[in-house]
Amino acid sequence: MKPAAFTYHRAHDVADAVALLTDLAAAGEDPKVIAGGQSLMPMMNFRLARPTALVDLGPLRRVPSMTAISERDGTLTLGALVTHHAVETATLSPDWAVLSRTMRWVGHRPIRSRGTVAGSLVHGDATAEWCLLALLLDAVVVAEGPAGRREIPAGELFHGFYATAVDPDEVVVEVRFTRPSPHAALTEFARRHGDFAIVDAAVALDVEGSAVRGGRVVLGGVAPAPVRVPEAEAALAGEAGDDRWAAVADAAVAAIDPPDDGGTTAAYRRRLTRTLVTDACREAAGGIP
Amino acid sequence: MNDPHLLTLHVNGTEHEVVVEPRRTLADVLRHDLHLTGTHVGCEHGVCGACTAHLDHAPVRACLVFAVQAEGADVRTVESLDHDGELSDLQQAFTDHHALQCGFCTPGFLMLAEGVLAESPDASREELREALSANLCRCTGYQTIVDAVCATAASRREKIS
Repeated sequence: MKPAAFTYHRAHDVADAVALLTDLAAAGEDPKVIAGGQSLMPMMNFRLARPTALVDLGPLRRVPSMTAISERDGTLTLGALVTHHAVETATLSPDWAVLSRTMRWVGHRPIRSRGTVAGSLVHGDATAEWCLLALLLDAVVVAEGPAGRREIPAGELFHGFYATAVDPDEVVVEVRFTRPSPHAALTEFARRHGDFAIVDAAVALDVEGSAVRGGRVVLGGVAPAPVRVPEAEAALAGEAGDDRWAAVADAAVAAIDPPDDGGTTAAYRRRLTRTLVTDACREAAGGIP
Repeated sequence: MNDPHLLTLHVNGTEHEVVVEPRRTLADVLRHDLHLTGTHVGCEHGVCGACTAHLDHAPVRACLVFAVQAEGADVRTVESLDHDGELSDLQQAFTDHHALQCGFCTPGFLMLAEGVLAESPDASREELREALSANLCRCTGYQTIVDAVCATAASRREKIS
């Protein structure tokens, strides 16, 4: 289908974008930010979303910080207009290599050309790879609004069902990942490669020598928002190996209450969770001596 | 509220001025305003890849870009591939390998493959299979498309070495 009519406004810098959003809303419009548009445009073409005005961040690609990828002091900072493909092809240290490795799961190459990391986080799909990575690696979303800038930790970002803590009059400026993780992996299952995952699982292992001290287990597709699973994380510590991973997967399956919707049953999502958590643990442990 | 915009689009090396509503996708402007009907429109939500074109040398879904967003960018479509009516090596390979039947998906596959080969000329068959999984074909079963793209990649590598 074709999208409903809207007015189009180009933002020339972040302050301009915020002012446009504020002014348009005050004039009774329902404005929305567009960056890569790879989530918004399908929704507009289906008329599931009908914003009356779009504020385009495209011209901000000229601002170097908006497309910059930088690592410093244990933090990886991505400008708000960094694309999935830019992360896929970036040379990142082992601390952050899981981000590049995961990009092959994000849609397909032409989607990754346009789609942005920040856009994916603000869209907040419960199975989106970036949403899982945000929880896995303690992302902080920096958003600018009429009252200035604020930092939103990933743990407070996702309200479920595509709702996030970023307000309609705010523009994301950058995303910082603050938890380096050289032993991490994300894996998923979809009926066709490139589709939204039915379930996806991400694991980060905190390793000392050859022992696992703890870490993170994050799941998508088992709740209205991506979730950390503390019960599974508690099972991570100990000697690495398939027995350990089976216990982690058992704990994850016991902790979740996945949805039962038409095409996919809760029981199937639990089985996928068991398999995917195990696989993610194995892959994450691949580099342990 | 149709809010018409005057745009200058750079398509296949030519400048075009068009007046369009912002809700017009790049795919629709290419087809209806510039009459470049080689870019096909299938699903209109980014799944089928029939509308794949290049924006600043990267393959994109032209149904998931508004034309207003493409102003200032270098747009390339399937019409840019031939040389004065002579098929390009990739187009010829599609013919030689029977990589099309009805042809509806072909422009999208050609532009996808050109984008991938430009970036990864040394891509393996497995990597090309994964990249080509971005687009849908309902006729061929894909194997012949993969064959055509692999053959083109190999012959281009041979020419360079």
